[in-house]
Formats: sequence, structure tokens, C-alpha cells
Amino acid sequence: MSVSVRIPTILRTYTGGASEVAGEGGTLREVLLKLDADYPGIGARILDESGKIRRFVNVYVGEEDVRFSDGLETSTPDGAQISVIPAVAGG
Amino acid sequence: MALSTDFGPATALSCRECGTRYDIGPNFACIECFGPLEVAYEFGTVTRADIESGPTNIWRYRSLLPVPVDVAAKPNMQPGWTKLVKADNLAGELGMRSLYVKDDSGNPTHSFKDRVVAIAVEAARNFGFTTLSCSSTGNLAGAVGAAAARAGLDSCVFVPANLEEAKIVVASVYGGRLVGIDGTYDEVNRFCSELIGDSLGEKWGFVNVNLRPYYAEGSKTLAYEIAEQLGWRIPDQIVIPVASGSQLTKIDKGFKELIRLGLVEEKEYRIFAAQAEGCSPVSTAYKAGHDVVQPVRPNTIAKSLAIGNPADGPYVLDIARRTGGAVEDVTDPEIVAAIRLLARTEGVFAETAGGVVLGVTRKLVENGQLDPGAETVILNTGEGLKTLDAVSAEARPAAVIRPSLDAFRTAFAN
Repeated sequence: MSVSVRIPTILRTYTGGASEVAGEGGTLREVLLKLDADYPGIGARILDESGKIRRFVNVYVGEEDVRFSDGLETSTPDGAQISVIPAVAGG
Repeated sequence: MALSTDFGPATALSCRECGTRYDIGPNFACIECFGPLEVAYEFGTVTRADIESGPTNIWRYRSLLPVPVDVAAKPNMQPGWTKLVKADNLAGELGMRSLYVKDDSGNPTHSFKDRVVAIAVEAARNFGFTTLSCSSTGNLAGAVGAAAARAGLDSCVFVPANLEEAKIVVASVYGGRLVGIDGTYDEVNRFCSELIGDSLGEKWGFVNVNLRPYYAEGSKTLAYEIAEQLGWRIPDQIVIPVASGSQLTKIDKGFKELIRLGLVEEKEYRIFAAQAEGCSPVSTAYKAGHDVVQPVRPNTIAKSLAIGNPADGPYVLDIARRTGGAVEDVTDPEIVAAIRLLARTEGVFAETAGGVVLGVTRKLVENGQLDPGAETVILNTGEGLKTLDAVSAEARPAAVIRPSLDAFRTAFAN
């Protein structure tokens, strides 16, 4: 599946400044693996040592926070928009 | 960007998670681990006398905040130094020995948000931002609008479109742009996070996003004031509302700084966190023994606390556990009952968040988690007039009569 991934400002050093990049994969896990292959090192910024999404990162597939769906196993249909966003306090 | 900045005793930003240090700047997340950045300081000698000779607002603590020494002279809202009400009637009703209400409805726009925004305005000035912005559950939007007007900055604030009428009016009356977003607070927050990485949001200071490290420090002044108003003493127990969790985290930081600087005696204190059942992700995690917070979709009358994905939730869990406190939640009817109880016993009309705090306090006394014999401070962070709907069905005239003594006699015959 081809998807697009929005990159937060603090990770754009990995993407040569690009705020949005093309991705590939049927699940979020696959998309992040491919992303790390394309932009080495970026995966470890999003996932912690045990391979879980870091606790101060929110990842969305479309409008949905993946913590509400299947986390890294959330499916990423063709054309899906994935956003990686640092957690921010409120409110 | 060449900056000539003055942040007083602040020396750096430091990641709360991994400790990586950064130069002072408009950044909020660690490049290494996404952890939140916090202001680090090198305090000189700070004495009680220095503080006591300062103005009767938060600037008496300027030597403990990331602000220039002449901050009080600039146009600002002068928030803080709100009343610490000795709540003997309420204590009697709850079976407690010593209880105080820190009543932050007394701030210029009637919520604790004036404290945090005042620090963010200084950071915005320092970084050369000309538009002040935020995502807000209502109170913050009003505080930003007013502070921007006073400071001569533009403002553009974002809120969920379904907020209480009073909060909408307060957020728009100061002349900045108010944008209602068709969604929850968490969706507004996400929108702002994306706006900040876009050219549309360039040169904007989002008080709770790119200015958050500075903004959040304003909540420390609640800790300072409570301790000073108690006669330079930290209370045994404190009950604090939790939306994002930032305020609770910073009150703990404030108490620790007072101890480290020798301004109060070192002591153990217990921090309790209060949520509404309809938005209780931190309370749920606490009770389940988890150290991460599963987000929820909020559904509660306590809209100022309706953050389903609280960024500082993990720290609230850490602090409640470290200090021997707890995290508890109450239902909407319990919130309304608590608002009325506080009004009836102490003459303080709290917004729903204050009802959450008192409702939780009552529950914690009943279930034995809060020691009724220990000195306790509870927070009211906002004004009841902004959430009239919560009590308007119950708080009605006892009678409506013609202006005659006979009518009055008849109406109250028994």
C-alpha cells in the first residue's frame, strides 16, 4: 500500500527538511520499517528500545490515534495519511 | 535566528525523560526521545525577604521564573496572589481538621491560566513572536486573548466549537481571533501541532506548544503562593485537578525548589490528582497499576479538564505514587453537588474543575486515602460564572412573588 507520512519539525533533519514523505506498507509497523530503511535512524526516534511507540509520541492513521485502534498493527490502506506528532500539554 | 534574550535565572532547556540539554529556544520536544523539555535554572541566593518585598502578584517570584528582572514593569495582567481561604465550615462538613481552598478564580480572567500565559508572553517577547496562539478547552483561550491585548500582540486561539457560552464570549471579547474547531480538544491540539510545522503558523507563539516549557513554569507560582500564605510551610496534602497534568507536575516542582533553596523546611507531602469520571484516563491508569495512559474520548461537564490524551499523564502517575498520594475521579452529579457544597459552606463559586477537586477530596476522605487530620489544600482553578449550565437547573429562586409583605408571608408560611 502506498501511503504518505507527515514528519514533525524535529524529525525533518532525517528527511532533508521534507514535511511529508511517501511510505509503503500494509500496517503501521511495516510503514515505519520502510520509513527507517529510507531515512536511517528515524525509526528509533519514534519507537523505543523495546519497539513500542514512545510515550510522548502520538501517531495517527487518518484521523485516528492508533492507540485507539491496533497500535503498530493498525492497517494502513492505500492512500492513507499517517501523522507523527509530539505530545503537547493543554488546555 | 539571532536572539538577544533575557530569561532571568533560566539557563537551558532539559529533557525530562532523557536529560539531554538544549539552548533556550522556542522548542518543546526532545530530538532524541520526544520527551517534554523543561526549563533548567541556576538560582542565586533567594530569600524570603526578597520575595516578600515584591509585588502582590506572581512577579514576587520572578527570581524563580524564566523571566527578565524588570518583568513587572512591562504591560502584563499581573496575575496571582489569589486568596488562600481557610475553609473551616467545609472542613467541618467533611470531618477534616485543617482545610484551605486556593481560589484561583480571583485571577484577571478568572482562572489559573493567567499565571502560565504571563510567562509565555515574556517568552514570546524574547523570541520575537508577534502572534500569540493556543489550543484550549476555554479558560486558556480567554487568558491568551486578554494577555495579548495588554501586551500589544495579535492573537489567534483555537477551541472545540461546543464550549460553554461564557468561555466562548470571554475568549473572543478581547479582540483577537477565536476559531472554533469542530472536534474534541485533542483534535484541536493535533491541529495546532500541525499548524506549527506549517508556514501558516510561522512566527506564532503557541503558548502550550512551542512556548510550553516556559508557559508551564507559571504553575509553579501556585506552589510558591500556597507555601508563603501558609507562613512558609508546605501543606501535608494537596488535591489538584488533572487535565493535561502539567499543573500538578509543576506544583510538585515548585515545592521541591522551595525545599532545595531553604525557603521552607524539608517535609514529606502527598499529592492527590482529581479527574472527572467522564474523562479519567489518568485515574484509570493509576487504579490499574499502569505507568502509561491509554487515551479516552471525553464526555463530562468538566470541559476544562476534558483532555483525553494528557501529555503529562505519566508524570502525574509517578508523582502520586512517589508522594503517597492517589488519583481519583467523580461523576458529573458528584461534581455538581461539590460545586454547591463549596458555595454553601465557603461562599466560593467554583467552575466544574473546582467541583471535580472538591468531589474527589470528599471521596478520598470517605475511602480513607486522604488523612482528615492532616493539613490539606485543595485548588479551585476557575470561576463558576463560566460554567453556569452545570448548576443553573438547581440554583433557582426560592419563590417569585409580587412586591408585597402578604405575598412573602404566604410564600414562606411554613
